[in-house]
Amino acid sequence: MKPAGTELGSMEPTAGVLSELVSHLRRNRTQLREEWVRRITESRLLIAMTKEEIFAEATSVFDNYVEVLETGSVEALQAYARNLSERIIPRGVDTPEVLGIVLLLRDVLARSLFEKYQADFSLLNRVLDAYEPAANRIATTVAVGFVQERERVIRQQQEAIRELSTPVLQVRERLLILPIIGVVDSERARQLTEQLLRGVRSNRAKVVVMDITGVPSVDATVANHLVQTVEASRLLGATVIVTGLSPEIAQTLVTIGVDLTKMNTVGDLQGGIEEAERVLGYKVSSVREATVSDES
Amino acid sequence: MLVPILKQGDFLIASIQSSLTDADLLQLRDDLVEQVGRYRSRGVIVDVTVLDVMDSFAVRTLSTLAQMVTLRGAETVIVGIQPEVAFAMVQLGLTLGAVATALDLEEGLAYLRQRTKRSGRGGR
Amino acid sequence: MGAELRIAIATDADIVTARQEGRRWASSLPFSASDLTVIATAISEVARNIVSYAGSGEVIIRVVERAGRKGVDIEARDSGPGIPDVRLALQDGYSTSGSLGLGLPGVRRLMDEFDIRSAVNGGTIVSMRLWTR
Repeated sequence: MKPAGTELGSMEPTAGVLSELVSHLRRNRTQLREEWVRRITESRLLIAMTKEEIFAEATSVFDNYVEVLETGSVEALQAYARNLSERIIPRGVDTPEVLGIVLLLRDVLARSLFEKYQADFSLLNRVLDAYEPAANRIATTVAVGFVQERERVIRQQQEAIRELSTPVLQVRERLLILPIIGVVDSERARQLTEQLLRGVRSNRAKVVVMDITGVPSVDATVANHLVQTVEASRLLGATVIVTGLSPEIAQTLVTIGVDLTKMNTVGDLQGGIEEAERVLGYKVSSVREATVSDES
Repeated sequence: MLVPILKQGDFLIASIQSSLTDADLLQLRDDLVEQVGRYRSRGVIVDVTVLDVMDSFAVRTLSTLAQMVTLRGAETVIVGIQPEVAFAMVQLGLTLGAVATALDLEEGLAYLRQRTKRSGRGGR
Repeated sequence: MGAELRIAIATDADIVTARQEGRRWASSLPFSASDLTVIATAISEVARNIVSYAGSGEVIIRVVERAGRKGVDIEARDSGPGIPDVRLALQDGYSTSGSLGLGLPGVRRLMDEFDIRSAVNGGTIVSMRLWTR
C-alpha cells in the first residue's frame, strides 16, 4: 500500500488530517464493517440478536460513527444512541455489550489507520491525535446514552409495579378501601395519594378506609404524606378512616405534630368498614360525621 | 359578571367557566355576597372544577367569601376541586380550613339540603 | 437547551398567563399531573408577589438538565423595593399584607431548589427548580 503520508504536508492542520482519515474510512467502509461484525461475533457479543439484525445495526452505527468523527456533532450521535437503546434494551442487550461493540469498532478503525499511515510515524501521530479524542467521545456518548435509557426504563417499570401493588378497591357504593402493604417510601406514598384521589373522584367515594396494618413503619416524611392524603381526600369531599395504625406509626405521627384525636382511626380493617357504613348510612341524625369537611 | 350565578331555590350556584384573574375572583366574591343578601339565600356553591390551580390568593378569597356568607346566615360549599389541585394544595399547606368541600355539584347540593334542613333557618 | 420562556408581569392577567404558559412548557417533561399543578401554583405565587410588591417584573422559565435528569427552572425577577427580611418572609404563617407570607413557604418546601436574593430598593430574584423523578 503506497504510504499516504506524502499527500499531506507535515505541517497540515488537524482538520485536514481528520477529513483525510474520514475519507479513508468511508472508502473502506465495506471491509471495515465486515471486520467489525466478525469481531463482534467472535467476542460473542449481541448474542440476543440475529446476524441480519447485527449487520443492519452495524451499518448504521458505522455510518453515524464516521459522520460524528467528521462533523464533531455529538447531538446527532446522542439522538441515535437513545434511539438504538430504545430498540435493543427490550431485547436484553446490556451495557457491557454496547460498550464492547463500540470499543471494537474504535479498534477496527484504529488498526486500519495504523496500517495506512505506518510508513510516516509523525503523520500517524497526527492522525491519531485527530482520531483518538473523537473516538473516545463517541464511546462515552453511546455508553452514557444507553445507561440513561436503561435507567429510564427501570424507573418506568418500578412505577408500574408500585401501581399494581396498591389497588384501590371499591367494595360498596361510595366506599373505597385502600390496603397498603409493605414498605412505603416517599415515592410510593406520593403515588398512593395520586391513585387514591383519582379513585375518589372516579368512584365518587364518600368514605375511604385506608388500612396500614401491613406497613411496618414509616418515617416522618411518609407519615406526613399519609396526613396529606387524608386532607386532600377531604377536599374532594371524602372522609378517610385509617385502620391498622401500629403504636410505632402512631408515635411517628404524634412526633410530626399530628393530633390523633382529630384523625379518624379505627383498630382494624373490619372495624373500619363498619364505621364507614355507619357514616354512609347516616340520614339526618349524625351531622357530626358529615362527609364534607366540618372539622379542620 | 364573568362567572354566571344561578339561583336554585334557596341556593346560589356559581359555576366557574374559565381561569379567573385575581380581580375576577374578588368580583365573584362580592357578587355572591351581594346576592346572598338580596335573595336571602341559605347556601352558596362555588364550582371550581375548571380551575387547574388553586393558589394562596384563591384559597384566601374563598375563605373570606365563606366568612362573609356566614355573616349573612348562609353556608358555603366549594365543589369540584380536581385531584391534582387538591394534592398540590395540601403539599403547599394551603387549607380551606373550616370551609366545607364536596366532590361535585350534586354532592354539594345534598350537603346544603342536609345542613339547612337541620337548622331550619340556614347557617349554623 | 438554550430556549427559555420569558413573560412580562405587570397585571393580574399576566399571573394567569405565566402559570398557564409555564405549565405548558413544563408538560414537555415527564412530570406527573400533580407536579405540573405544583409548578403552575408556584409560578402563580411568585408572579403575584411581583405584581403586589414591585408593580412589574418578569418570570423566566427554562428546561434544565443535570446528570441525565431534566427539570424546570423558574425565575421571578423585579426591580422593586425588595424584601427587608427574607428569612422572616419565608416563615410559615408570616404575613404582612398576606401574599408573601402565605404563598412562598409552601412553595419553598416543595421545590427541589429554592433561592431568594433581595436587597432593599434593589429588587428581588426568586429562583427555584423542580426535577423530574
